[in-house]
Amino acid sequence: MAVVCFMVTMGIYFIATISFLAYLLRRSEALSKVSLGITAAGFVVHTIALVARMFASSAPSPPSVHEALSFFSWMLILVFLAVEFRHRIHVLGSFIVPLALVSLVSAAALPNTVPTLQPVFRTLWLHVTLSMLGTVGFAIAFVAGVMYLIQDRLLKSKRFNVLYAKLPALDFLDHLNQQSIVMGFPLLTLGIVTGAISAEFAKGSYLSWNPEQTWALVTWLFYFVVLLGRLTVGWRAKRAAYLTVIGFAGVILTLVGVVLKSYGTVS
Amino acid sequence: MHLIVVGLSHKTAPVEIREKLAVPESRIGEALSRLCTYQGVKEGLLLSTCNRVEVYSVVDDIDHGYGRIQEFLADTHLSLSSEQLTPHLYWHTGDRAIAHLFRVAASLDSMIIGESQILGQLKDAFEVALAHKTTGVIMNKVVKKAISVAKRVRTETKIAEMAVSVSYAAVELAKKIFSDLAQRTVLLVGAGEMAKLAAQHLIAQGVGQVRITTRTPQHAVELAEKFGGTPVPFEQFKDDMASADIVLVSTGASHYLISADDVQRAVNARRNRPMFLIDISVPRNIDPAVRHVDNAFLFDIDDLKQRVEQNRAERLQEAEKAERMVVEEVGVVLEWMKSLEVTPTIVALKNRADDIKRSEVEKTMSRLAHLSAQDREIVEGLATAIVNKLIHNTMVTLKSEVNSSSGAAFVEAARRFYSLDNQPSIEARSGEAASQPENLAPHSQELPGEEAAPHIASRKRTG
Repeated sequence: MAVVCFMVTMGIYFIATISFLAYLLRRSEALSKVSLGITAAGFVVHTIALVARMFASSAPSPPSVHEALSFFSWMLILVFLAVEFRHRIHVLGSFIVPLALVSLVSAAALPNTVPTLQPVFRTLWLHVTLSMLGTVGFAIAFVAGVMYLIQDRLLKSKRFNVLYAKLPALDFLDHLNQQSIVMGFPLLTLGIVTGAISAEFAKGSYLSWNPEQTWALVTWLFYFVVLLGRLTVGWRAKRAAYLTVIGFAGVILTLVGVVLKSYGTVS
Repeated sequence: MHLIVVGLSHKTAPVEIREKLAVPESRIGEALSRLCTYQGVKEGLLLSTCNRVEVYSVVDDIDHGYGRIQEFLADTHLSLSSEQLTPHLYWHTGDRAIAHLFRVAASLDSMIIGESQILGQLKDAFEVALAHKTTGVIMNKVVKKAISVAKRVRTETKIAEMAVSVSYAAVELAKKIFSDLAQRTVLLVGAGEMAKLAAQHLIAQGVGQVRITTRTPQHAVELAEKFGGTPVPFEQFKDDMASADIVLVSTGASHYLISADDVQRAVNARRNRPMFLIDISVPRNIDPAVRHVDNAFLFDIDDLKQRVEQNRAERLQEAEKAERMVVEEVGVVLEWMKSLEVTPTIVALKNRADDIKRSEVEKTMSRLAHLSAQDREIVEGLATAIVNKLIHNTMVTLKSEVNSSSGAAFVEAARRFYSLDNQPSIEARSGEAASQPENLAPHSQELPGEEAAPHIASRKRTG
C-alpha cells in the first residue's frame, strides 16, 4: 500500500512538474489551476503513503534516509500549498514542485532499509524531523532566492517577458526569503542539538567530525552569518538571494554526507 | 422598425469637426427630446465624447431616418453645414449597428483600445436618455446588452489589464519591485507633465508618502499642496533620496542631476532595500551608469515606451478575442429582435391557439364516443369559436400598433402572455440566426449610396 502510493505520488508530481513548467512559459493562466489541482492530488496520495507506512512498521525502527527525504518532500509541498493559499503566487509551484519531485526520486533511488543512524533511540526521530523541517525552510529560501535573482536580472536588462509577468514583486521574494530562514534556522539548530545528544548516547561523543556532522556545522554557521548579516548590516535583497542559493548547496552536501556515511555503516 | 447609428469618431473626423459637433452634457437631454420629435424617429440615444459623436436611433424607414438624423446633427450645430459634416459621417443599420455599439462599449473602437472611460460615458448617455424617456424596448435592450458585453470583454480578456501609457507603465513597473505601495515613499524631482501624471497614478494606487522638490521652492510648495505631499528643498534632495523608494525625475536640466555615486550612497543608507528610479526627462537627468548599482532599478523614457509598445501589441491580441465575443452577442440580440416582428408573432400565436384547441378537443372527444358526427362538429366549432374570440383582439392590436412607438412593447407582451418563445418552431430558427452575423464586418463604413442591405434592414415591414 505505502509503496504503491509512493510510486503514484511520484508519477503525479512528475505530471505536476511538467504542467507547472509549461505554465511558466505560456501566457495562459488556466494552466495554474490545473497544475495546482494535480499537485494537491499528489499531496493527498503522498499523505496516505506516509500514514500507511507509519502503521505498517510496528516496531520502532530508526528513520531511513528514504523516509527522511519523503517527509521533506511532503513538508515542502505542504508549505507551498499554505503560501499559495495565502498569497496566490502560482509561479512558486514552478520552482517548488520540481524540487519536491527531485527529493522523491532520490528517496526512491535509495533502498528503504538504509538507516540514517545506527542506534535506536527515541530522540533520533526528533533529530531527523527537526533537521528536515529546517531544511524545508532553507529550500523555500533557496527557491525565493532563485526567483529573486531571475526577476532582478530581468528588470535590470529590461526584458519584460512572460517570466517577468509571472514572477512576484522583488520585495515579496525578499520577505519570503527572510521568513523562511528565520523559521528554518532555529529548527535546524534544534535538529543539530538533538543529533549531538543522540551521538553522545550512541558513541559517547557529541561530535566525531564525520562528513555529515562537519557539513551540518558549516551549514549552520553559514546560515547564522547570513541571518546575522541581514538583521544587522543589511544583507538583504540581491546579496541575501545569492547567499541562500549558496547555503542550500551546503544543505545538499550535508544530505549527501548522511547518505554516504549510512552506506558506509551498512556495508 | 430599424436600429440605426449615424455618427463620426476619431477615425473619420479631425478634432476640429469633433469639437464643434460635441454636445455638452447639460444639453444632451434637450437635444434628445428634439430628435424624437422628428417624424419616423421612435427612439434615440446620443453618445458624445471627445472622440466620438454618435446618434443611435430606432426609425421607421432607413433612408428617411438617416436623412432625419443628419438633419438633426446639422441643426444642433449651426456652425457646421451639412456639406462640411457629411463626408465624415458613417452609418450602420441592423446587425452592424448593434455590433458597432458593442464594439464602442467594449472599447474596441477607442483611440486607446481597452480604455475604460467609454463604458462610463455610454452609461451616462443611457441614463440621460432614460430620464428623458427617449429610449424604448429596443434601445433599452440593446444598450443594456452592450454594457454587459463590455463587462464580459473586460473580465474574460486581458484587454484592460496592461498599461498603455508611459505614466502608467511606471506604476506597473513599481508593482514588480514593491508588492505593497501603501508603505512606500515617492520623491518627485522637477515638475514635468509626465512625471506629475505618473505621480498621480502612484497616488491613485495608494502610495504612502509623496515628497516633492523643484528648483523653484514656491513651485514645490504648490505641488505639495495639490498632491498632499511634503516639499523638500532642492539643495537637500540628494540626502533625502535614501528615504524614497521611488524617485521620479523630470526636470529641464541639460545634465545628469543624479550620479551613480549618489544612488549608491542612497542604496547603502537604505541598507540595500531596492530603489526604483524613473527618469522621464529628455535630456536624461539620471546617469545611466546607475544600472550597475545593485538594488537600484533605473528606467528611462525609452524603457517605459518599450513597455507600452509591448502592451499595445498584447492588447491587440486580446482585442481579437473580444471581437469574437461581440459577434456572438450580436447573434443573441438579433434573435431577440427577430422575435419582435409582428407577422411571425401572429403566426406563432395562431399555432399556439390551434395546438391548445386540438389537444383539448381530442381529450374531450375520447370521452364522448357516443356523439354523432354532427354533434362532434358542433363541439369542435365551439372550441374554435372560443379560441378565435380570445386571440382576436390581441391580433388586431398587434397589427394596429405595429407602427406606434410602443409597437415592440406590444409584441414583447404578447409573446410573454402566450409564452410563444417556448415553441419548437421558434427554437428551430435560432440556429439559422446564429450563423448569420458571421459575415458581419465590424470595421466597415457604409455610405448611403452603397447600402449593402443588412438582413434586418432589408426585411419588409409587415402588418
